[in-house]
Amino acid sequence: MTATVKYDQVEVGQELAAIDYHVRRSNLVMYAGASGDFNQIHWNERFAKMVGLPDVIAHGMYTMAQAGRYVTDWAGDPGAVVDFGVRFSSMVVVPDDDQGATITVSGVIEEKLGDKRVVVGLVARSGEAQVLSKARAVVQLS
Amino acid sequence: MALNRDFVGRSYPPSAPYEVSRVKIREFATAIGDNNPLYRDKEAAQAAGYPDVIAPPTFPIVFSLQSGGEALADPGLGLNFAMVVHGEQRFEYVRPVIAGDELVTTATITDIRTAGSNELLTVRSDVTTVEGEPVCVTYNTIVERGGAA
Repeated sequence: MTATVKYDQVEVGQELAAIDYHVRRSNLVMYAGASGDFNQIHWNERFAKMVGLPDVIAHGMYTMAQAGRYVTDWAGDPGAVVDFGVRFSSMVVVPDDDQGATITVSGVIEEKLGDKRVVVGLVARSGEAQVLSKARAVVQLS
Repeated sequence: MALNRDFVGRSYPPSAPYEVSRVKIREFATAIGDNNPLYRDKEAAQAAGYPDVIAPPTFPIVFSLQSGGEALADPGLGLNFAMVVHGEQRFEYVRPVIAGDELVTTATITDIRTAGSNELLTVRSDVTTVEGEPVCVTYNTIVERGGAA
């Protein structure tokens, strides 16, 4: 249970390279099954439009999971994430085609805390929209 | 329709124990497209110092949604599920969720507020093992679109 990133090797303001994550309708169907969130807005276009949405949208938790993956891949140990919170600021609209949508996640070291912990600020975008805001993870480094 | 503020502070009885299985962790990791071996391979997890495979940080949504769901389904609250989207989510960890854990969730409605034409409701879920060891706390804020209009 040890992060591969060393506390002494990161600096406040350091930027972490952006990574693209792709999401298609099939991912949402899988996520619905795995998470138990079967809200129709995540798979039924007719229903999504009936309740005023532009199209089917991704589960917020699917987007958050991609941001989580970004942090755990960086830290090297998922168990090093001790606090992880986001606000869902915009929807990820997932069209019914072979491209789907792209979620781009980037990060920056916002703060170095005591006990070798750091705050990683996260930004997630899809198209022009910032889909996560106030997104941050506290990571226990080694 | 505005949500019933009388529900703020209500706690719900602890859930039945949720048994965390390797199979479910793998299914969840696959669904989010994450190939991390610590979610799939017991030996890799043990080499990293864990007794068994661990779960991704957002995994507790699998069981915490269910315990909070009971609170949200109460007709007296006045929530229109068709208009609900997820507003905010947070996980505070004491330790990761590990395969073999038997977890009990206690949900509390901690806040109901209006933001523009929307109603926001926050459920805090305290997650412990059946022996009472704290594992994590989750905060789930949902938005009822147009609920305050």
